[in-house]
Amino acid sequence: MILSAPPLVCREAVEFMSDYLDGSLRRRDRKRLERHLENCDVCREYLEQLREVVAATGRVDVEELPPETLDGLVEIFRQLRRGG
Amino acid sequence: MDDLELLRRAVAGDESAFTELVTRYHQKLVQIARYYVRTQSSAEDVAQEAWIGVIKGADRFEGRSSMSTWLFRICANRARSIAVRENRVVQVDIDRTPVVASSRFDQGGLWCDPPVPFTELVDDRVANEVMLRAVTSALALLKDPARSVVTLRDVEGLTTSEVADVLGLSEANVRVILHRGRAQIRNIVEDKQREVQK
Repeated sequence: MILSAPPLVCREAVEFMSDYLDGSLRRRDRKRLERHLENCDVCREYLEQLREVVAATGRVDVEELPPETLDGLVEIFRQLRRGG
Repeated sequence: MDDLELLRRAVAGDESAFTELVTRYHQKLVQIARYYVRTQSSAEDVAQEAWIGVIKGADRFEGRSSMSTWLFRICANRARSIAVRENRVVQVDIDRTPVVASSRFDQGGLWCDPPVPFTELVDDRVANEVMLRAVTSALALLKDPARSVVTLRDVEGLTTSEVADVLGLSEANVRVILHRGRAQIRNIVEDKQREVQK
């Protein structure tokens, strides 16, 4: 007899969502989460927020490089080119 | 110009290509190094040494990963060597507490304090900028290793396996740390949203 996986409650579902977004959730847990999401508006909202956060994180700009740091590194580059 | 072409030109002596590479990556290298070494200035030194290695050709890119992954790996390896010299043991404490406070669920595990909607943050271009600023400041509040893991995975777009390789962590740990980091950023953004709605 194949035992079906117990259904998830919201508290458990949120713990699976990052792996779900990355497609790295095990098949059994993915099915459990998808079954839960079909019936839970609030967890769908949470998942959507997590998706938005991950998308926005991908647009985070590089922290600005202080000009003096850049000047120092360029000077090292010049020295290395001169064989220093 | 892509990273690889910049690297090729920089190694051949093109100063503007080097400047562009440094502008793209130096601060991120310092951040990754900071996870391992004791001080900010030590992290700056590690990043600087990484560039010297790259330009001198001590570290050659062989195309087995993306250029950025290779660069991060060089920096993390140097930082780990310094950490050993500093007798610094870098602990990877994996927090296993729930990512959403238990008080937000009822006894049956269902939401009793549901997520505050983000709709006002993502409705238009201006709001998207607000979201981006909120996420940027939230990311800066994360502690390592979460900050480094989220930066490499979600900002830089490395795969989980590449992040694990660069930081010397298991893939399972990277997934747990990433999950917690993302949830923490969401929580911080939600707190900001709650303030806006007050």
